[in-house]
Amino acid sequence: MNNAILPRWIDIFLLPIINLLAALCVAGIIIALIGENPFTALVVMLKGAFVYHGGLGYTLYYTTNFIFTGLAVAVAFHAMLFNIGGEGQAMMGGLGVGLVALAIDPFLPPVLVVLLGICAAAALGGLWGVIPGWLQARRGSHIVITTIMFNFIASSVMVWLLAGMLMNPGQMSPETRSFAEGVGLAQIHVIAGWLGIEISRSPLNLSFPIALIVSVGVWWLIWRTRLGYIIRATGHSEKAAIYAGHDPARIIMIAMAISGALAGLMALNEILGVQGRVILNFTSGYGFTGIAVALMGRNHPVGILFASLLFGALYQGGAELDFEFQSITREMVLMIQGLIILFSGALAYMFNPAVERIYLRLTKQGQADG
Amino acid sequence: MVSDTQHKTGGNSALPPVLRLSSINKRFGAVHANKDVSLEVSAGTVHGIVGENGAGKSTLVSILYAFYTADSGQIYISGQQQQFKSSADAIRAGIGMVHQHFMLVPNFTVLENIVLGHESSGNLASSKIKAAGELATLAKKYGLEVDLDAVVQDLPVGLQQRVEILKALYRGAQILILDEPTGVLTPQETEQLFEILKALRAQGVTILLITHKLKEIMAITDAVSVMRGGEMVAHLATQDTSPRQLAELMVGRPVLLDVGYSPPTPTDICLKADNISLTQSGTTKLDGLSFSLRSGEILGIAGVSGNGQSELLEILSGIRPPSSGTLSINGHEIGADNPAGPSEIKALGVAHVPEDRHAMGLVLPFSAAESAVLGYEDDARLGSAAYFAPEALHSHCAQLMAEFDVRPASPELKSNLFSGGNQQKLVLAREISSAPKILLVGQPTRGVDIGAIEFIHKQLLSLRDKGCAIILVSVELDEILSLSDRVMVMNAGQNMGIIDRADATIQTVGLMMAGVVDSDVEARR
Repeated sequence: MNNAILPRWIDIFLLPIINLLAALCVAGIIIALIGENPFTALVVMLKGAFVYHGGLGYTLYYTTNFIFTGLAVAVAFHAMLFNIGGEGQAMMGGLGVGLVALAIDPFLPPVLVVLLGICAAAALGGLWGVIPGWLQARRGSHIVITTIMFNFIASSVMVWLLAGMLMNPGQMSPETRSFAEGVGLAQIHVIAGWLGIEISRSPLNLSFPIALIVSVGVWWLIWRTRLGYIIRATGHSEKAAIYAGHDPARIIMIAMAISGALAGLMALNEILGVQGRVILNFTSGYGFTGIAVALMGRNHPVGILFASLLFGALYQGGAELDFEFQSITREMVLMIQGLIILFSGALAYMFNPAVERIYLRLTKQGQADG
Repeated sequence: MVSDTQHKTGGNSALPPVLRLSSINKRFGAVHANKDVSLEVSAGTVHGIVGENGAGKSTLVSILYAFYTADSGQIYISGQQQQFKSSADAIRAGIGMVHQHFMLVPNFTVLENIVLGHESSGNLASSKIKAAGELATLAKKYGLEVDLDAVVQDLPVGLQQRVEILKALYRGAQILILDEPTGVLTPQETEQLFEILKALRAQGVTILLITHKLKEIMAITDAVSVMRGGEMVAHLATQDTSPRQLAELMVGRPVLLDVGYSPPTPTDICLKADNISLTQSGTTKLDGLSFSLRSGEILGIAGVSGNGQSELLEILSGIRPPSSGTLSINGHEIGADNPAGPSEIKALGVAHVPEDRHAMGLVLPFSAAESAVLGYEDDARLGSAAYFAPEALHSHCAQLMAEFDVRPASPELKSNLFSGGNQQKLVLAREISSAPKILLVGQPTRGVDIGAIEFIHKQLLSLRDKGCAIILVSVELDEILSLSDRVMVMNAGQNMGIIDRADATIQTVGLMMAGVVDSDVEARR
């Protein structure tokens, strides 16, 4: 067929890599402009993210957050819904874990508390997704607007609760009491210790393997179940979904519930894996970065895993840069992250036409020879 | 390859052609939409360009009107080479275009629409007075009478088209391009349009008629050029050719223009519509429709596009409920109070080939295998509750593709990469494979190439012979007349009458489409 269409591997792997390289080039120029060697900086970043003591653990710990929020954006996107509310849904997920743990941890065994906490995280996150979904489906309020507003509402609810009825008595900071001993997801270095393997301390915990399993689950849902088929059909053409006998409003709500639940699970990593209590602002922007992760990962779980790893490395390596170089500040690192989001998110398809042309020229030659 | 039969008209051959295109090339990515296209059009003639969808007609016209720039090639007007940078240049060079979908502001008057973008001064009132004078002269000269103060949306389609023509002439068009001008017209309106075109030709205007209807080419043109696969395959004088030859040139092989109709053997009534009405935001879309359908017959529904046929299909297929009235399908009552959705209707043995193949019939970004189960995804053969088996989808689609000759037969190819005809065959295959008792078909051959039309028509007739009841909605009157056992004509949401095949001539049906009911038909309602 003579249609201008790129094979999947170019779209999924080559283009994101080109985008990433473009972002790194621009960042490198800026680093050179302030008088540092961009290559040294790159090496420091890579070593910080993967080689130095505990670096890899931290990288994967950040990666975990991005996997959850990236998957959340992707699932909604398959129904053609732009869920900007990952941040708020993650906060509510954290609240869900906290409420369950605080309510039952004195009475029930820790394992049960954790399991119920995970369910509550998904449930409250899902609730925070399904309400904007309902507003979109039944009331026509645009999902972008409502999810943004729901971020603010979630944020205010958290402040109100954590500085109020959930605040640990006798203390000034807006956070709950710590959960009971053993209520949490074990950290990987601890587990390795049980097995007699010595690895460096890091906040990496069981949420990471859970995130990997959830990724497989999302892939299965979207491409191997009828529900996923219907979600995608609705996303591409509401008319086609109606024709096939489905109610798009219902599908929108289901997709948003799943999306919100995935974002809510991000709380496992921060609340159950690290903090052992609910604190304010534990989401620190991961929900928003999830949008860039999903865009870069082309809304496919495999792509999202790689994009999450990239952003995880960027967070961790960036911290290292800040630490190593006097002239490279925290703001500088944020700028590099911003460039990557810019090139792989907002400008994701900038190089498409050029790559398409080159590809066609190459394949045409191939055909002419053959 | 351009055939040697260059057309010659009148005694004009000494003059340079009013329009000459030389080796026009245009690529869109890998698609070579125009390959070395050359064309000569003599002044004061009607020149037809025919070709199937995707043959490159629209691209060529867009280049001529400077929507696109050609990759290579030259355009000459009256011997002068032209460098069009925008449509404004093309208009200045005397080219006027009447688009398939009119470019009019519905709530402006005729005069305002014509003046729009061509005001003679900043003062609208004086521009309008000046234009009104010029238009009166133009209208008289070409016989294009329109009420300049009428609001465009109140005018019938035929008159709106007249406004478009007047607009182009007002801008000084000497070469008028009409892109599929008769798609929205009744047969009578088409006749009127042709009268206007003849008057224009007599006044020395050159007309380029883009169409896929061979009948029109034969009726009105002096010369015709045939495009296939982006190339000009023939230039012929109309008097020297025949529809059969043109069809063969368009398709590249001999085609059957006769579908091989045979009389039906209808049995019991399987669908009965009783006083179906639909009111949508205050406007009446359907007005008390009653009819019945028997197993083993094809009921054609004729009408100019937008007279309620689409809404009727949506109601029959359960996509929307009627505002009032009842529907009885195989003994099940459905009405405004007890509506049934598409799934329930499907369960009653009704399959639906929707009018809008792109938005409804298929999910374009889906693979063919995925599109081939749209609406049937609950079929148990496609896997368990938690597993939608890709191999089952694949083999199901491969089977449909083999049975219905869908090309290329690759189930993993994205639906939007198939040609219109093959997309339609896939939709038809899906719906027919559910062994329906009733099949609803909307515009089965819109945007479909001749070869596929032949195939689709045969499939519909053979399905009818197996005892399926078929409702065929089409704006192509020829299609309705060649396939239907009975014809129902719709106008403004009303049933203008149901007539037997034997009585359904173009004239009768055309009048009914325009809303004229003769007493003879009235009696039979």
